[in-house]
Amino acid sequence: MTDVGNQAPSLDPEKINVILATDCGSTTSKARFFKKLNNEYRFVSSGEAPTTVEAPYEDVTLGVRNAVREVEELTGHKLLSDEGIILPSQGNTGTDLYVTTSSAGGGLQMMVAGVVKAMTGESAERAALGAGAIVMDVIAVNDGRRLHEKIEMMRHLRPDMILVAGGTDGGDVEHVVQTAEVIRTAEPKARLGIGYRLPIVYAGNNRARKQVEEILGSKFALTVVDNLRPTLEVENSEPAREAIHELFMEHVMSHAPGYNRLMEWTPIPIMPTPAAEGRMFRTLAERRKINVIGVGLGGATTNVYSVYDGRFVRTVSANLGMSYSICNVLHSAGLQNITRWLPFEVDEVNIRNVLRNKMIRPTTIPRTIDELVIEHAVAREALRLGFMHHKFLARGLRGVRIQRTIADIFDQRAFTETYIDMMYIRMIAGTGGLLSHAPRRAQTALALIDGFLPEGVTKLAQDSVFMMPHLGVMSTVHPAAALEIFEKDCLVRIGTCIAARGTVAEGADAFKLRASMPDGSLVERSLKFGEMDRIMLEEGKTASIEIEPAKELDVGGGPGGKLTTEVEGGVVGVILDARGRPLTMPQDDRERRRRLLQWFSVLDAYPKAAIERFGQGLDSPVRVDEPGRRS
Amino acid sequence: MALAYTPGLKVKASTTIRAARKLPIPGEVLVKDGDRVDFDTVVARTSVPGGVEIVKLVHLLGIDPEQVGMYIKKKVGDNVKKDEVIAEKKGFFGMFGSVAKSPTAGVIQQISELTGQVTIAEPPVPLEVKAYIPGRIEKVMPNEGVIVRTEGALVQGIFGIGGETHGKIEFVVSSSDEMLTADKIREDHVGKIVVGGSLVRYDALKKAASVGVKGVVVGGIEDKDLSDFLGYEIGVAITGHENVGLTLIVTEGFGTMQMSDRAFSLLKRLEGKEAAINGATQIRAGVIRPEITVPEPGLERNVRAEGGSEVPQKGMEPGMAVRIIREPDFGKIGKIVSLPVNLQVVDTESPVRVLKVELEDGRTVVVPRADVEIIEE
Repeated sequence: MTDVGNQAPSLDPEKINVILATDCGSTTSKARFFKKLNNEYRFVSSGEAPTTVEAPYEDVTLGVRNAVREVEELTGHKLLSDEGIILPSQGNTGTDLYVTTSSAGGGLQMMVAGVVKAMTGESAERAALGAGAIVMDVIAVNDGRRLHEKIEMMRHLRPDMILVAGGTDGGDVEHVVQTAEVIRTAEPKARLGIGYRLPIVYAGNNRARKQVEEILGSKFALTVVDNLRPTLEVENSEPAREAIHELFMEHVMSHAPGYNRLMEWTPIPIMPTPAAEGRMFRTLAERRKINVIGVGLGGATTNVYSVYDGRFVRTVSANLGMSYSICNVLHSAGLQNITRWLPFEVDEVNIRNVLRNKMIRPTTIPRTIDELVIEHAVAREALRLGFMHHKFLARGLRGVRIQRTIADIFDQRAFTETYIDMMYIRMIAGTGGLLSHAPRRAQTALALIDGFLPEGVTKLAQDSVFMMPHLGVMSTVHPAAALEIFEKDCLVRIGTCIAARGTVAEGADAFKLRASMPDGSLVERSLKFGEMDRIMLEEGKTASIEIEPAKELDVGGGPGGKLTTEVEGGVVGVILDARGRPLTMPQDDRERRRRLLQWFSVLDAYPKAAIERFGQGLDSPVRVDEPGRRS
Repeated sequence: MALAYTPGLKVKASTTIRAARKLPIPGEVLVKDGDRVDFDTVVARTSVPGGVEIVKLVHLLGIDPEQVGMYIKKKVGDNVKKDEVIAEKKGFFGMFGSVAKSPTAGVIQQISELTGQVTIAEPPVPLEVKAYIPGRIEKVMPNEGVIVRTEGALVQGIFGIGGETHGKIEFVVSSSDEMLTADKIREDHVGKIVVGGSLVRYDALKKAASVGVKGVVVGGIEDKDLSDFLGYEIGVAITGHENVGLTLIVTEGFGTMQMSDRAFSLLKRLEGKEAAINGATQIRAGVIRPEITVPEPGLERNVRAEGGSEVPQKGMEPGMAVRIIREPDFGKIGKIVSLPVNLQVVDTESPVRVLKVELEDGRTVVVPRADVEIIEE
């Protein structure tokens, strides 16, 4: 499987010494500058500027120019001319390769249709999400809406593209034809470009192709590809995904303000940001042969990626983000779920106002620790909600007849639940403005742990300065350079999280741990239920550990089972999480705050002075410990 | 020089204002270049497709889809009345027959022998676009709409709700830090655009709506009051379609926020004049902000014919006036002292691009560049 349908032109890697990559995000356009230094590709510098795809600018290249100009200022390397990007490089001028991704202007917004919502509807949704789209709505015969309601909704939505699936090959054509008729009746208009024909990809029952062409061919830009669900047991989303990518370039991008010019600056197809980001997470999982969860926490959306037992799923949660969409996180999660992560006395009116003010001035950044902590609280909830959405689609194919074995009877998960078992996730990695720019890596670590709730032994990593989308699109033409930069400059090893599944009484013994450190010393820890702790272990170092959990808890060796394994270090170290799964917060507000401060303190997540200030007035003040205090 | 900056909200006593008036789908433009238009002049119209009803003949008549042609009594394009028989299957000796009637008046749009369904389209619904501001038609976009140009004052807000309307400006506070309370709203404010100071509360908004106030312009609002007034919580900031009886424009933000002196004093000078206001807000990379426009078409200047939107091109420079748009120091105005090229660590420990600003109170503060907006002179 490949991510990009439209093939990038082949380039001679030997002649590429300077690379410029940009990402036109919903909020910010980010330029990243790379060079071949001492025979290896390295990240050199970055520049950022507000995205200019919408009014009053309506030209994406202005924001790109501004971001690239920052790189020029910082490096003294000239990259811009009046015509665009200077190609190729000569001394301190120009670049040999320019690539870009885009999620500006709302990214690729699609509507999908299937016959049965949980079968072809879900397969179509997965295919669209897999192509990096935001799915605005899923239409199905059994979606509970009356036909005229569906028609009204379609007229109102104005998607960039529609994907129509339905039926298995050779099966009954009636329902998929009915769906086509409904779309024709609604005659939805494209979001961009008044008067141009809306692209539709048909990937349904091959027996209905002729009728679908008759119904939709004259009014829409119809592309017919292989059925994405040829049989109930098979999901074949690649042809649909490729068609979506080609149409994204030909129809959607070419109608977005300034993109025609941007496309002239590079022969490499512009990729949707989630497609490029996902490509890197997938590469990471495949190279290490592990199950990985990745996340791109953006200003407008949260993109979650999973590679689990070889299956790759990508979801884009529109309207869960840290700037434009921050109040939708508030709306979806509820204020209480956000304030549970705040270690200070909560003034609900003020918190609401702070979030609203971020929403209306989305490019501003916190100047005070309190506002930073509030944004991190929202981030945890955006990740939690984004992952819930992801798990809903990361599940087995509906409609497949399964013979249940005796083993299945003992599998406690319902058939409809996700196949992702956190105990078997070996790495969680994050990217996006908030995660990449968090002042302390421990803040990213806590956001990932609290948002995804890993179980057992899980490595944590993050994108150093937000360059995964850039490397993703770069890898379509120069995979070696992209991988080299990814390993050396992009991927920051935060450390390893060891977390227990299950619960015991508050304050009861949770687990004991013995770690044989690289210097030959032995570190022992004993954690009570509800506590966190950490062992300092540098990036690149490993330690042998032995964990003995309470009989109700599981750290990877089964309930009460001892686990012996190797763990990798990182900039934060080995994080011990004895808070249990599911994670519940103390009901008592003061105890909740005290507990949060204990976690922040042992991980050295925020400045000591701030932690002390947050703890003032609590009955039993929190001791602000040195990091790695008991190692 | 740095081009990564946030353009400020416009507060202009006299400027050229252009309003693009576009249909959502192609239609007919009713005015021509150079025509003079008023607030409520209809400049373009179209009709959007009416509702659709689908009649499932296979179920109603108990037939197969391919038999539809045998029983249908209408053809595509025929007009039908509500309850008119559109298909009939006769039974033996006049018994056990069945009919399918049209559930609505409209036109037969589609008869499908694949699905056995008949689609009936209701009459199209007319849609008109008004000029919104008085002025002259500067440009006609055939089948799409027009650009209206006028001269006048323009004040942009930061956030609003409610759509386009117009009315006379009337102040109900005497200073920009005074709250707009319910007791300040009177019956004779019907049809007016009332201007408050630092905060409007829920009860004042309710009273304004019940009195028939067209618009409220104020510095700040509590999020909870806004949600209570709307009856729901706004998730994503795309507004303008709320039907709450008035248009609200917030100039500064959420919480108690003194209206900026520039906006307050300009609006004060315009008191008694007819203003067009629109609460529509869309917060994306380039934004749609709510606006108060006070057109004075008689003052039209000889503006260059090519027109075009006002795109800020200049970046930040030392000496420029800026306004801080994030706490602490929210709303404070100052002049840029310097723009260090290298990243600097701020109180949150984030390394960011900053600028040094000398505030009006004499203090010099270091602020992330992202946290200021340029004051357009």
